[in-house]
Amino acid sequence: MNNTIKNRERTDWWFRQLFRATGLLTIGLLGGIFMMLLLNSIAFFIHVSPVDFFTGSQWDPESAESKYGIAPLLVSTGLVTIGAMIIAVPLGVLTAAFLSEVAPQRLKMFLKPIIEMLAAIPSVAIGFLGIVLVGPGIAKLFGIQNGLNAMNGSVLLAVMALPTIITISEDAINSVPKAHREASLALGANRWETIFKVVIPAAMPGLIAAVMLGLGRALGETMTVLMATGNAAVLPKSFLDAVRTITATIAIEMGEVPYQTTHYFALFAIALVLFAITLAINLVGEYFAGRLRKFQS
Amino acid sequence: MSDSKLSAQGLNLFFGKKQVLKNISISFKKNQVTALIGPSGCGKSTLLRTFNRMHDLSPDARIEGLIKLDELNIYDKKIQVTEIRKRIGMVFQKPNPLPKSIYENMEYALKIHNFPKQEIPALIENALKESYLWDEVKDELNKPAVQLSGGQQQRLCIARTVVLRPEIILMDEPCSALDPISTSKIEELIVRLKKDYTIVIVTHNMQQAQRISDDVAFMYLGELMEFDICNNIFKNPKNELTKNYVGGHFG
Repeated sequence: MNNTIKNRERTDWWFRQLFRATGLLTIGLLGGIFMMLLLNSIAFFIHVSPVDFFTGSQWDPESAESKYGIAPLLVSTGLVTIGAMIIAVPLGVLTAAFLSEVAPQRLKMFLKPIIEMLAAIPSVAIGFLGIVLVGPGIAKLFGIQNGLNAMNGSVLLAVMALPTIITISEDAINSVPKAHREASLALGANRWETIFKVVIPAAMPGLIAAVMLGLGRALGETMTVLMATGNAAVLPKSFLDAVRTITATIAIEMGEVPYQTTHYFALFAIALVLFAITLAINLVGEYFAGRLRKFQS
Repeated sequence: MSDSKLSAQGLNLFFGKKQVLKNISISFKKNQVTALIGPSGCGKSTLLRTFNRMHDLSPDARIEGLIKLDELNIYDKKIQVTEIRKRIGMVFQKPNPLPKSIYENMEYALKIHNFPKQEIPALIENALKESYLWDEVKDELNKPAVQLSGGQQQRLCIARTVVLRPEIILMDEPCSALDPISTSKIEELIVRLKKDYTIVIVTHNMQQAQRISDDVAFMYLGELMEFDICNNIFKNPKNELTKNYVGGHFG
C-alpha cells in the first residue's frame, strides 16, 4: 500500500520535471533566437549608427559608401502586409461568419476542406501564381509595364493568410454561446443585426487572434514576396511600385554576403526589427483581446 | 374569451417525426400571470417558444394550428417575425445579457427598433426603474453586464424586454438559476409587471406558481391536461394526474 503511493508520487515527480523541461526548452529557444539576433545586431551597430540605420532612405550595402537605411525595406514590408490585411481581414471574417451562421450544412461541408487545402499550397507555388496570373492581371488593369509590385504581393499574401484567418475566426464565431443569439433574436433583431452587432462583437477576442496570426503569416512570408514583388530596394511611393520586404532582403543577400562583415551583421539587425514588430503586434493584439474578454462571461 | 390576449387553437408541433405538442388550445387573459407547469419534457418550454416563433430557428420543427395575438395570426406569412418578437418579449431560463455594458444591453434593444436617439436614455432609465434595478446600477451603467450577480442579470434581461413596451412577456423558468432572495425580488417584479403586461411563465416551482399566478396550465407528455384558475389547480384539481403532480407524487 505504502509502496504504491510512493511509486505514484515518484511518477508524478518525473512527469512534473518532464513538463517543466519542455516548457523551459521553448522559452530557451525563444531566448536563444533573440540573443543571437541581438548580439549580431550589436556587432552591426558598432559600425553603423542606429540613427543612420533608421533614418537613412537608402539600402545599398554593395555600393562604395554602403548605405544601410532600413526605411525602404520597412515601408515595403508595411505596404505589402497592410495591403494583404485590407483584403484578407474583411474577406476572412465575412467568410467565417457565412460558414458559421448562414451556410447550409452541406455547403459548409464542401467549402471547409477547400479553404483548408488553400493552406497546404507551398509558398513557391503561390509565387508562380503571382508571376503568371495576378501580376500580369494587375499590369493590365492599371495599364502599367510590370505587375511585380506591392499590390501583387498583397493579393498573394492575402490568399495565404486567408485560411488561417477563416479557420480561427470560424472557431471564434462558433464558440459564441447560443444564448447570445437567442437574446438578440428574442428582442426582435433580425439575423443580420444579430450577426453583426452581437455575434461578431462577442467573437472579437478570437477574431483579433485570427487577424494577428494572419498578420504574422504575412509579415514572415519570404518566398512569395521574393518572387512576386519586383525586389527593388527603394522607397515605394504607391502599391504599384516594386518593393523589397525585410524577409526577401535577408533571403536574397544572406547567400552572397561574406561572413561577419558589416553587411552580414546588417541582415541580423533588420531581422531583429522584424522580430520586434511581430512581438509588438502580438502584444497589442493580446491587450485588446484581454480588454474585450472582460465583457464575456 | 373577450379579454383573451394570446391564444393557441389546435396547436401541434413536431420535431422531425416526433410530436412534442398535441392539439393544444389555450388562451391567456390580458394583464394576468399564467403559469405553465408540468414534469420535465412535458413540452411547456416548447409551447412557450411557439408564442414568439423561436422555433423558426430549428429547421426540423413543424407547426400546425393557429396562434393569435389579439386577432393577428402570428404565423401569417405576411407578418414580420421581428415585429412579433417586439410585441411578445421573452426572458430565458439562464440570464443571457449580451457581452456588452449594462447600458449597451438596454440600448441594443431600442436601437434595432429605431427608437429616436434622444429618447433612448430616458426610456432606459425608466425600464431599469420598473425592473427594480436602477438604484443598484445607476452609477455603473458602463460596467460589463456579466459582472452583475445572477439575479441582477436576470432583472436586466427583464428590463431589456420591458424597455420595448411589449404586450406580452414570456418567461422560461426565469428563477431556476437564482438564489431565494433574487427569486423573491423577481417574483415581486412579475406581480407588479402584470398591471402593464400579460405574462406567461414556465415554472418548475409549485410554490412559485401559487405565489404569482392567476391561471395555471398543467401539461403532461405534450398535452394540456388541465387549465384553470390557480386556486382550483392547487386546491381542487379535477384531473387525477394534476392532483398527483401538484401533490408532489411525481415530477
